[in-house]
Amino acid sequence: MTAATETLNPIQGGHADEAHGHDDHGHHASTGWRRWVYATNHKDIGTLYLWFAFTMFIVGGLMALGIRAELFTPGLQFWQPEFFNQLTTLHGIIMVFGAIMPAFTGLANWMLPLMLGAPDMAFARMNNWSFWLLPPSALLLVISLFVPGGAAAGGWTLYPPLSLQFGMGMDLAIFSVHLLGLSSIMGSINIVVTVLNMRAPGMTLMRMPMFAWTSLVTAYLLIAVAPVLAGAVTMLLTDRHFGTHFFKAVGGGDPVLFQHIFWFFGHPEVYIMALPAFGIVSQIIPAFARKPLFGYHSMVYATASIAILSFMVWAHHMFSVGMPATAQLFFMFMTMLIAVPTGVKVFNWIATMWQGSMSFETPMLFAVGFVCLFTVGGFSGLVLSIAPVDTQMHDTYYVVAHFHYVLVAGALFSLFGAVYYWLPKWTGYMYSERMGKFHFWWSMIWFNVTFFPMHFLGLAGMPRRIPDYPLQFTDFNTLASVGAFCFGLGQLIFLYNVIHTIRGGVGKAPANPWEGSHTLEWEVPSPAPHHTWETPPAREVVEKGLKEQLL
Amino acid sequence: MRFPRALGLAALLPACTYAIDGKYTFQTPQTLIARDISDLHAWIMAVIVVIFIAVFGVMFYSIFKHRKASGHKARHFHENTTVEVLWTLIPAVILVIMAWPAAKVVLAQKDTRDAELTIKATGYQWFWGYDYLDHGFGFKSKLATPRNQIEDYHRDSKQKDAHYLLEVTEPLVVPVGTKVRILATSNDVIHSWGVPAFGVKQDAIPGFIRDTWFKAEKEGTFRGQCVELCGRDHGFMPIVVQVLSKDKFAAWVEQKQKEAKAAADDPNKVWVRDELIARGKTVYEANCAACHKSDGAGGGAFPALTGSKIANGPIAAHVGIVLSGKGAMPAWQGLSDTEIAAVVTYERNALGNSVGDFIQPKDVKAARK
Amino acid sequence: MNVENGVHDPHYFVPAPSRWPIVGSSGLFCLALGAAFAMNSVSAGKWLLLAGAAIIIWMLFGWFGDVIRESTHGQYGKQVDYSFRWGMSWFIFSEVMFFGAFFGALFYMRVITVPELGFDSTTHDLLWSGFKEAWPVATGPKVDAYHAMAPWGLPAINTALLLTSGVTLTWAHWGLVENQRGHLKIGLALTLLLGATFLGLQAYEYHHAWTEMQLTLASGAYGATFYMLTGFHGMHVLVGAIMLATMLGRVLRGHFDKEHHFAFEAAAWYWHFVDVVWLILFVFVYCI
Ligand code: HEA
Ligand code: HEA
Ligand code: HEC
Ligand code: CUA
Ligand SMILES: [Cu+2]
Repeated sequence: MTAATETLNPIQGGHADEAHGHDDHGHHASTGWRRWVYATNHKDIGTLYLWFAFTMFIVGGLMALGIRAELFTPGLQFWQPEFFNQLTTLHGIIMVFGAIMPAFTGLANWMLPLMLGAPDMAFARMNNWSFWLLPPSALLLVISLFVPGGAAAGGWTLYPPLSLQFGMGMDLAIFSVHLLGLSSIMGSINIVVTVLNMRAPGMTLMRMPMFAWTSLVTAYLLIAVAPVLAGAVTMLLTDRHFGTHFFKAVGGGDPVLFQHIFWFFGHPEVYIMALPAFGIVSQIIPAFARKPLFGYHSMVYATASIAILSFMVWAHHMFSVGMPATAQLFFMFMTMLIAVPTGVKVFNWIATMWQGSMSFETPMLFAVGFVCLFTVGGFSGLVLSIAPVDTQMHDTYYVVAHFHYVLVAGALFSLFGAVYYWLPKWTGYMYSERMGKFHFWWSMIWFNVTFFPMHFLGLAGMPRRIPDYPLQFTDFNTLASVGAFCFGLGQLIFLYNVIHTIRGGVGKAPANPWEGSHTLEWEVPSPAPHHTWETPPAREVVEKGLKEQLL
Repeated sequence: MRFPRALGLAALLPACTYAIDGKYTFQTPQTLIARDISDLHAWIMAVIVVIFIAVFGVMFYSIFKHRKASGHKARHFHENTTVEVLWTLIPAVILVIMAWPAAKVVLAQKDTRDAELTIKATGYQWFWGYDYLDHGFGFKSKLATPRNQIEDYHRDSKQKDAHYLLEVTEPLVVPVGTKVRILATSNDVIHSWGVPAFGVKQDAIPGFIRDTWFKAEKEGTFRGQCVELCGRDHGFMPIVVQVLSKDKFAAWVEQKQKEAKAAADDPNKVWVRDELIARGKTVYEANCAACHKSDGAGGGAFPALTGSKIANGPIAAHVGIVLSGKGAMPAWQGLSDTEIAAVVTYERNALGNSVGDFIQPKDVKAARK
Repeated sequence: MNVENGVHDPHYFVPAPSRWPIVGSSGLFCLALGAAFAMNSVSAGKWLLLAGAAIIIWMLFGWFGDVIRESTHGQYGKQVDYSFRWGMSWFIFSEVMFFGAFFGALFYMRVITVPELGFDSTTHDLLWSGFKEAWPVATGPKVDAYHAMAPWGLPAINTALLLTSGVTLTWAHWGLVENQRGHLKIGLALTLLLGATFLGLQAYEYHHAWTEMQLTLASGAYGATFYMLTGFHGMHVLVGAIMLATMLGRVLRGHFDKEHHFAFEAAAWYWHFVDVVWLILFVFVYCI
């Protein structure tokens, strides 16, 4: 992998682009492993994030296959129930904190300075730390699999009192979450400050790319909720080892208190995994519709509204704990309300396509796939938000179907789109369009085969987090398992395509391979030199792109 | 509700979802609430499907008509306040229309007043205990599917029953047409008591009591499962409810009360050690073996009782930890004095321990203070 | 601050590759693994903990050493200064949210859980018959008896100490801005002294509570929130004091002038933040 990453980001020698005057750098770059371990360059760190995220995606995906294999037929075939629960828990934690979030942070690292005309992230050294906290956290989770009692097995939500019962594996998970939180907070501070303080002259807040906006709002959400999660797991820790009673009724505590704190974090967290995806799609669709983004301003306001509303809906995950009716109603109404700004986004994307001059390269395919399937996931979310209906669906596979539509077909598809979109900029080569299209259609088909049947399972009442199930659920489970293996296999095509591109792909990429993209990153050569915008881009350069985007 | 119900049914008819019970959609509703939920769902689905078709109809029209390959030139408009206001307001109005009937069902679901029968449902790792508070008896309801149908590691498991994983040793029995209030609580971790056909799902939270209700309309047997991850055997703690006619139910209650009386321990009886050990073994297997294992070896976070300092130390501390719990060890306040005396005696004189002492129920009673 | 593109350094300072982050990560990894081991009585745990702590201290010296060097060499322009200001503000915001989680727990238990457990009704009497809640001395059905903290003794003195320290710190800042170094030094030293006294009194209070009032972490909702809130606050006072001590050290070496002293201001912001947390804490933990 190192060989691959070396080529992914070759250090540019003297032949940097004169026009932007980044000929010499204040300091010499290190080489070999030091380049990655001591890195302060946003592109190197972005690359690290992206490879880390992909590795975690494979690890979490293999765990998902472990789950699906067990659920292929009724009866226990492969795992003891304890281990099945560990698989589910680690799959959730690794996908959320290891794959999706770092991937978005990696993209922000790579692209924000380029898009905004900044020489680097605002705090380049801290940026390194944000990344290098991730491998140790992942390592802690891996170690937890091998300690007595095994890894945490209480679901990624870690509800007490169940999570008070496990052994050391749970403590390792708690500390891992602490480190991940630290990483997220520092990474987010970096993103917020970069966006607020490092934009090129002329690039005002209301003219910067949507991806910068969504990254900004996402980072804000993370700074607000990551510490809350840290607080929640700290209380778990003291309840486990230091005799406190936060979550135990004997001492006046309450297991439901944990759920409130967790979901106060957890709901904004799901938008942390959705907003950057919205940003990516808002870059890709205008580029391939060859038309400026429709309703830029309302897109910004919608993003902000979603963020604000996301703090007021958390208890929709807890409709069955037995809250008073007034609380049920409040959280139900607020949750439904989120459909309005999200709808504004969907409508704006479609209006952007309307009357465009569209072409369907791989990034666009993934973006359109995203819009369709995310909406399906959003609609199932809306069904769940109706409290009485949630009585039937809560903790069933309907919920699993819902969140994989928004997470896999949402967050993950947008990430695939982003990688194809920016790969020429990163490597200097074009990827294979044929392989890309194949990857899209393959993923699209098998994704739906895997997760659509889960709606039916949930409606019929199959609980989630079970290693074995009653017989009437057999058919759809078998179907889902087949789909999962095929979907997973398809991701090998993606991996191959990326490595193939790094090695030269189907030819050299021009500075701007896309007809309709006008943001600043396309003004620097491909591959992007190691140092870019060391002096801010000239005002004309900035204005030119903004004018194309009618901003 | 009538209008949305009709609309919802119309939307669902083509999919024939009602035809195949319990596989594509909800189990056939057996209570008013379950029917309301089903109707709400149908109506929301109708709205959603219509919106979906409309929105993506537009998108796919555009995808086919406005492509570069077919020579379409982009028109560079990028703002229109009127449509933006419209597509903010219209969804908001649709949401209000959806929220209104939903709110009514929420209020109905929450109204547990005037119940005619109250049953306490306690979650244990990993089975349910039911106490008929109005009638003074109770029992435990455990998975009845034999282990050898479940474990299939060597491809030699037996043919599975029709109600595989959904059968219990003794179901909850309720009368038809009666408002039954369920008080859900738990002895250890959070479980959740749910019966889809009744439209009921209530988390059972240790140390708290939360209630829900149902009024079954038909006699029959209805099944559900624990729906909150509760550890190893979360997938193996089913809920089975048998609905009887009021007469049969009364007869059943009478018989249960008789049985309970016959089995009840005389609190003033003075026990000898071996009696307590024998009794303690059943109590232990039923309540403690889940964590401490049948042979007392424990495992993971659960300490071994064999050779344990507490089980071999002063008996007062032993009774103390069983009564008040510690960390992940539940407080066993729910066991009777006799049961506690028996299980403590058992632990001290079996499982590889041989302390030799024992305790009488009345001393347990004193220790409860 | 200038969100709409005010300042642009001709060359925004981007630090050279650095080994401190990875050192810090290794330290935290040892700390985490060590703590998990120690809590589960694995003997290697405490050594790992110690090693982790040592590595972190080494990292802090190295990293801040670099930052101070870069700063005194004039490598930080106006735009970098803005970055630091934004960065520190958002960091403090994250701290606010961290305390928010614990205050949230306090309010929830106090307003919802404890009254519910103690409420006379057919429901909760089934589980906890006889329990009547009485904040702050009976906050859970099965809690050993303890005494609660009275606000108007030590805690009130501590409040006064912290408030005064806020004033002395501001006074020191004026000294810095008006280029009166003596003034600055005395102000800083006084602030530190007040902070240290606060910590000493707090330690005394803990000792007293633990040994004589039977008030421990296990003393129900009250004990848990009391120790966790005041404990995390105390840790923050400690960190703030270390920051201020560093500033005093730098002042004594002649660092800072009236234009360039963001490190000082950051420490001061932090100190004021810790101050405000205490006020809220004083009201909700001790008084009400
Ligand atoms: C990216 C992540 C993501 C996103 C974006 C969402 C979006 C939404 N989610 Fe989801 N959700 C999760 C991730 C996500 N969710 C996860 C991970 C869980 C489970 C956690 C766990 O328990 O492990 C979960 C669980 C979950 C529950 C709890 C279920 C349960 O456990 O019982 C609920 C209930 O209300 C819910 C609702 C919603 C709603 C209303 C939205 C809305 O934001 C959706 C809004 C979008 C649309 C509605 C579509 C587009 C809109 C239009 C085209 C406009 C017109 C529409 C109308 C007027 C109808 N979600
Ligand atoms: C955040 C993103 C995310 C992503 C991307 C995924 C991806 C997938 N998830 Fe998961 N999932 C969650 C988040 C995510 N999930 C969460 C939060 C939970 C809840 C956990 C909890 O209950 O606590 C969950 C729970 C969950 C369950 C429920 C488990 C249970 O309740 O017991 C299931 C079951 O099918 C499942 C399946 C899958 C599958 C098949 C994929 C697939 O998309 C994965 C595809 C990827 C690969 C397969 C790996 C890459 C490919 C290779 C390595 C090639 C080799 C492959 C072959 C040889 C076939 N997930
Ligand atoms: C949910 C799991 C669980 C169940 C069921 C359970 N225990 Fe325990 N038990 C524990 C745990 C965990 C501990 C360790 C508590 C601690 O020290 O923090 C423990 C500790 C004990 C101890 C003290 C052992 C020692 O040496 O520390 C005794 C005695 C005991 N249990 C008896 C019982 C009895 C009797 C029952 C049944 C009536 C029972 N337990 C049921 C989890 C359980
Ligand atoms: Cu009991 Cu799940
Ligand atoms: Cu949510």
